[in-house]
Amino acid sequence: MIAPETGVFFTTYQADRRLHRLPFARLAMLTFLAVLYVVVPLVASPYQIYVLDTLLVATIGALGLNLLTGYAGQISIGHGGFIGVGAFTSAILVSKLGVPLAISVPAAGLLTAGLGLLVGLPSLRIKGLYLAIATLAAQVIIDWALSRPAIAGTGSVAAPRPGLLQPDRAYYVVLLSVTILAVIGIENLLRTRLGRALIAVRDQDIAASVIGVSVGRYKLLAFGLSSFYAGVAGALLGHLNGAVNFEQFQLDLSIQYLAMIVIGGLGSIPGAIFGAVFVSLLPILLRNLAGTLDGLVGGGSSGLLSSLQLFLFGLVIVLFMTLEPRGLARIWRSLKDAIRLWPFSHEG
Amino acid sequence: MDCLSLREPLFFASQLVTGLATGGVYALVALGLVLIYKASDVVNFAQGDLVMLGAYIGWALSAAGLPFPVAFGLTLGLAGLGGLLIERLVLRPMIGKPIIAMMIVTLGLSSMLRGLLFILAGTDVRRFADDLLPTLPLQLGPVQVSPIYLWALLIAAVAVICLGTFFRSSRQGIALRATADDQQAAMSMGIRISWAFALSWALSAAVAAAGGILLGTLTGVNFTLATVGLQVFPVVILGGLDSIPGAVVGGLLMGVLQNVASGYLDPCVGGGLKDVFPFFVLLAILLVKPYGLFGRVRIERV
Repeated sequence: MIAPETGVFFTTYQADRRLHRLPFARLAMLTFLAVLYVVVPLVASPYQIYVLDTLLVATIGALGLNLLTGYAGQISIGHGGFIGVGAFTSAILVSKLGVPLAISVPAAGLLTAGLGLLVGLPSLRIKGLYLAIATLAAQVIIDWALSRPAIAGTGSVAAPRPGLLQPDRAYYVVLLSVTILAVIGIENLLRTRLGRALIAVRDQDIAASVIGVSVGRYKLLAFGLSSFYAGVAGALLGHLNGAVNFEQFQLDLSIQYLAMIVIGGLGSIPGAIFGAVFVSLLPILLRNLAGTLDGLVGGGSSGLLSSLQLFLFGLVIVLFMTLEPRGLARIWRSLKDAIRLWPFSHEG
Repeated sequence: MDCLSLREPLFFASQLVTGLATGGVYALVALGLVLIYKASDVVNFAQGDLVMLGAYIGWALSAAGLPFPVAFGLTLGLAGLGGLLIERLVLRPMIGKPIIAMMIVTLGLSSMLRGLLFILAGTDVRRFADDLLPTLPLQLGPVQVSPIYLWALLIAAVAVICLGTFFRSSRQGIALRATADDQQAAMSMGIRISWAFALSWALSAAVAAAGGILLGTLTGVNFTLATVGLQVFPVVILGGLDSIPGAVVGGLLMGVLQNVASGYLDPCVGGGLKDVFPFFVLLAILLVKPYGLFGRVRIERV
């Protein structure tokens, strides 16, 4: 039961509706999760755990943006701002009002979702590029609002974690669980009426409205849901770092998230995950690479390194867009097909 | 200064004149954006980086000892070549791709250009020599203006007239307009679409370089120049994304609105309004009149 080449047949609807229909796929997924839950916390160094934590947060954020941009087709350049709103909300709730984390994180998600609905309002009237520019405006305005002394104080707000979650390993398990919930949630969401409606709006909004999909309502819903994910990601990020600063959530963060879902592959859940991992690891890999180079050349400047990072980041985006617009998800699938069909591939 | 207090008329006049003057630079940069959008339906998120590129080229040439007019002309030429190169390498493979792909590729281009300029030139502020343009402040009635702003206005005016004539009456310009209107129809009439795109990028990069040199003489040349690429989005939306006169009117109007609003309202909100106010205006326009003052309204019928 590894290869479904001859077709997969089920005799009950329940079996047909499962997320992973093949026993092999279920086994693989369970093994993967077991490794993430049990083996990783045992073997990884604190630094590796921290990096994994940032990957998980990025994954949640990218899933949210992918829902909005990849599935519903509404381009947003304001995702970084939403993440910022979530981060600040949770940080303020916990550090100033003493709200427990279990309440502050969903609250941050809900508040950000409300804001997302507001920012999504122009989508009722405009679309495509004009909408993208409206979200750009939202990003700039949110940036500015977050930097006001009334919110940010002197620039940053503490985002403490309760004692139980203080060790990074404990927090890692929480983040992993939230991420898995986020993935399962979105996978199921897309199989419902809502998910199909979103895809219909993306592919042909006029046709969608003709067959009875309320376009405006679903666009707003997409904005709300995507911002909810962003808010949760932001809140978790804040508590990961222990403090939030308004400079973290500017336009470049939004661009990074766009890059994640594009490099990963628009409208694909594994794509969002691959993209989040790739874009978050890129600067780390470059730093290590430059570290080795530095050792060879003998002392370089950190300014040069960050410029090089910026350049390569842009280069990777451009290369992906021009060479493989369907992203890592597509590469992954081709790779799987190639391995599965080897040596009798039917494509020459 | 109290919030919302009435100021003397002179204050308003000075905000107005500064606004008009900044608006000239905005108009110039917005022109470049409109050019590319008109020809190829691409909104170039790297326009600010083209401005910065132009400023660096101009600075390098004039630092090499070339007289200013020569350096200026040469910069426009080099920037135009740069635009051609960018179009050929980055945008050409993207022809026919969806909007989001185009948008993201220009965002990537923006990172690339910025990173490249940092690597080559560092992040220090480079200054043009002081005697490039007459820098004595001019007295306009009771208000003092730096003449560079007037130069910007003048150059913007010249650029608009040239481009307007180019689009209205030259063969190439008409080809560009046809391409913008309907790519397939233009192709079947024997217009080389790829050439039209390349031309629009070259023109746009040259106009951006002119804006870059003007801004650079004003504030010094470093990476902050690229932020103007963001500031022109409200301008083009106000004027209409595909309208050349719109870019100019929008630029001037936005310059004035921005300066007047920040002059009067900044004390109420604790500053920083200058960079943000245009985006409030942008949202308002998008909700009320999405195609701006002069933009062509696209109507969808089922």
